[in-house]
Amino acid sequence: MTELINGKGLSLVPKTDGKQSLKDFKSDQEVRWCPGCGDYAILAAVQSFLPELGLRRENIVFVSGIGCSSRFPYYLDTYGFHSIHGRAPAIATGLAASRPDLSVWVITGDGDALSIGGNHLIHALRRNVNLNILLFNNRIYGLTKGQYSPTSEVGKITKSTPMGSLDKPFNPISLALGAEASFVARTIDSDRKHLQSVLREATAHRGTSLVEIYQNCNIFNDNAFEPLKDPEVRDDITLRLEHGQPIVSASKAVVRGANGGVEVVSRSEVSDESILVHDAHNPDPSVAFALSRLDEPAFEHVPIGIFRQVDRPAYDALMSEQMEEAVARQGPGDLADLLMGGDTWRIG
Amino acid sequence: MTKQVQQLDRVIIRFAGDSGDGMQLTGDRFTAGTAEFGNDLSTLPNFPAEIRAPAGTLPGVSSFQLHFADHDILTPGDAPNVLVAMNPAALKANLGDLPRGADIIVNTDEFTKRNLQKVGYEVNPLDDDSLAEWRVHAVPLTSLTVRALEGFDLSKKDAERSKNMFALGLLSWLYHRPTEHTISFLQQKFAGKPEIAKANIAAFQAGWNYGETTESFSVSYEVKPARLAPGVYRNISGNQALAYGLIAASVQSKLPLFLGSYPITPASDILHELSKHKRFGVRTFQAEDEIAGVGAALGAAFGGALGVTTTSGPGVALKAETVGLAAATELPLIIVDVQRAGPSTGMPTKTEQTDLLMAMFGRNGESPVPIVAPMSPSDCFDAAIEAARIAVKYRTPVMLLSDGYLANGSEPWRLPEISSLPDISQEFTTSPNAEDGSFLPYKRDPETLARPWAIPGTAGLEHRIGGIEKADGTGNISYDPNNHDLMVRIRASKVAGIDVPDLEVDDPDGDARVLVVGWGSTFGPIAAGARRVRKNGGKVAHAHLRHLNPLPANTGEVLKRYDKVLLPEINLGQLALLLRARYLVDIISYNRVRGLPFKAEELAGVIQDVIDSD
Repeated sequence: MTELINGKGLSLVPKTDGKQSLKDFKSDQEVRWCPGCGDYAILAAVQSFLPELGLRRENIVFVSGIGCSSRFPYYLDTYGFHSIHGRAPAIATGLAASRPDLSVWVITGDGDALSIGGNHLIHALRRNVNLNILLFNNRIYGLTKGQYSPTSEVGKITKSTPMGSLDKPFNPISLALGAEASFVARTIDSDRKHLQSVLREATAHRGTSLVEIYQNCNIFNDNAFEPLKDPEVRDDITLRLEHGQPIVSASKAVVRGANGGVEVVSRSEVSDESILVHDAHNPDPSVAFALSRLDEPAFEHVPIGIFRQVDRPAYDALMSEQMEEAVARQGPGDLADLLMGGDTWRIG
Repeated sequence: MTKQVQQLDRVIIRFAGDSGDGMQLTGDRFTAGTAEFGNDLSTLPNFPAEIRAPAGTLPGVSSFQLHFADHDILTPGDAPNVLVAMNPAALKANLGDLPRGADIIVNTDEFTKRNLQKVGYEVNPLDDDSLAEWRVHAVPLTSLTVRALEGFDLSKKDAERSKNMFALGLLSWLYHRPTEHTISFLQQKFAGKPEIAKANIAAFQAGWNYGETTESFSVSYEVKPARLAPGVYRNISGNQALAYGLIAASVQSKLPLFLGSYPITPASDILHELSKHKRFGVRTFQAEDEIAGVGAALGAAFGGALGVTTTSGPGVALKAETVGLAAATELPLIIVDVQRAGPSTGMPTKTEQTDLLMAMFGRNGESPVPIVAPMSPSDCFDAAIEAARIAVKYRTPVMLLSDGYLANGSEPWRLPEISSLPDISQEFTTSPNAEDGSFLPYKRDPETLARPWAIPGTAGLEHRIGGIEKADGTGNISYDPNNHDLMVRIRASKVAGIDVPDLEVDDPDGDARVLVVGWGSTFGPIAAGARRVRKNGGKVAHAHLRHLNPLPANTGEVLKRYDKVLLPEINLGQLALLLRARYLVDIISYNRVRGLPFKAEELAGVIQDVIDSD
């Protein structure tokens, strides 16, 4: 299993002969996000990460929906498709299922992926289409100018909710795990090193990788993730998830809970042996799910990293297998034979 | 006992029974025998949307009508000459369509007090004189079947199930149909259950023998084979022909076929059929919803596939935004709409032509989409290739408007020579197209106005497309007012300039003053109606539109050539609206929206009325 987890994600995508640099992935288009937007950091991190993959640039495709983040493909000098609201996973599914030689990325936001496009997201995840889905979560609608989103906290005061929002938000990690995702991770726009380390694993994963990126919208929801950036508290509340390592922050540790779940305790209260060791490869997603629930109440402790990374055949591979099997069984298709295939009769 | 044999030139049979009685299968088998015998034929299945409506009720009645003849015919026939009624509900539901003197074969075993009550018969119609104007053949089909199967190791219920094969045997005797195919079909169908296979064959033969010996039938009928054009034929339904047409389009365009689809009546059979043909490189993707179906097809088209989505009206409504995206990104895409009765869920198994204006205008913005509509079940094959030709050549989404009548109806199809199919392949763009060596994704072919189709994997042509307005040439995001006006007009001109063949007029004498125009599946009934009018000395011309957008270049000239133009449609005048607006011709509409095809006799009357009126 680990063999497939390591590095097969892009095995069918042709490699480049030459050397690539960040510059090769910058398009000639002017970037038009608001100054200070978290999207800039993510774009820079992706642009500087892509050369590391060593893929032919023409075999990389970025597909997006609608929203601030969905302008992303215009700024990368690869193939790109800026589609319609919520539908990027569906469009990317058709592309990735029919072209296993492509590295297909989906760029989406919390509104795009979890509200209008929720259905496509969960079905892409369960099918395990070979996609890297980057979900920029800023917990607000930006492009429509500041309405609450499906990840906004309850009681959010916005233009459309002057008395506070009523609906419980989605936890994207819990949702993805519930949708049978084979790769689920969380990272943050301000930590380029961590973001790139997650991308590295996500691209190596064959199947759908869902990466939630906490992204700051400095216009409509500024400082939404401030505790994770504040040097005073961030090391205490950030629980780093690393496969095979104990799950700890500077002062806290995760242990098995009494009710079958997990709980966070002070590090000084427990022995090293009782601290939960992270197993991202566990076929049973229940511990990963329990970990995804630790961010409640918000920002008391936040797991960051890869929650789940398990091996499961990718959709395109299964589809190709059936086609090959059909040819093996019946031979390649012949149009004349097909038309003559029913009960026929001759006149004249 | 020697029985009289009577010659007929054509016969219309309707098999009717409960949804669980196997009427569609019975009709299919009779059709196969008839096709093999060499008659021309046309069929009309008619069944409820419910899989098993309550047994014995009127909503549960399922029927299959078959018209066969010793000459070429155009419709499944107006009124049955023979009704096979497997229960009181089937009798009651279909009696209104029967002309005086028609034969009715009833399964008397099902005419129980309870079954009669279910459909509101207070007195058994077999016992009073309410059926006096028809020739009733009372046959205890169920008990005869059970008796014929006494030697078999079957429960009574299983034995009763074979009564449709008994009926098929009887009708096969009555019309001198060959039996070998049905027997080998049953052997294959029940290959895993030899006892059931044998029982069905025994029931089929018992039905045949019953016809031979009973006194209830003193005459049997012969319909000689039709003199059709020489060639190899098979019987085919519209959905199957459409699926084959898409495969042929994939072969002829050298593009792998990708179908993104969500199950919906009456289009699902295209998905079923295509999913069987993976060895042609066909990928079928059953999506989570209608929107994902078309989205995946468009994504595949971006990657260089022949992207197709199949659906019915409600699905087209859901796909509209993605079709607009295909129009904006100018990628080839085929949207198959097997129209059904609406609005909303409407009547899923019933036919209509009510999606024309949705196909034409049902998107936001100026979003032109070419429309092709097949005229008959077998024409679905050619129409699919034509839709693909336009999509690929002009890089545009194309609507293919079939309907429930074409989808489920069938007719003999003369198989085309593969070498006669058009080459519809287009080259992908593989090198820069600008003078400075860069690639301009919206620099167009000056003749077709098609933009280059450069697919991922092509080095040096990396580019971005999307739904936001694009600058002419570069395709970069543009909000420039004049550029938008230009792009709107270019997209409109591109579709308006698609090469479609001229509209042909069928006017045998050449001096008709009345033109009847139609589109899509009304071809058969209109042509048959016109024939009847001509037979009675009337003069009428018929022109049938297969391309609805753009319309053939000579359409206006044809319409204006006649004193009167009649346009029958199974909607409230959608094409009439377009033609009136475009050509300022005072079209006479004839509209019925009953979920059923027009009848030839009905249209003959309408045409004659128009001829006679001043």
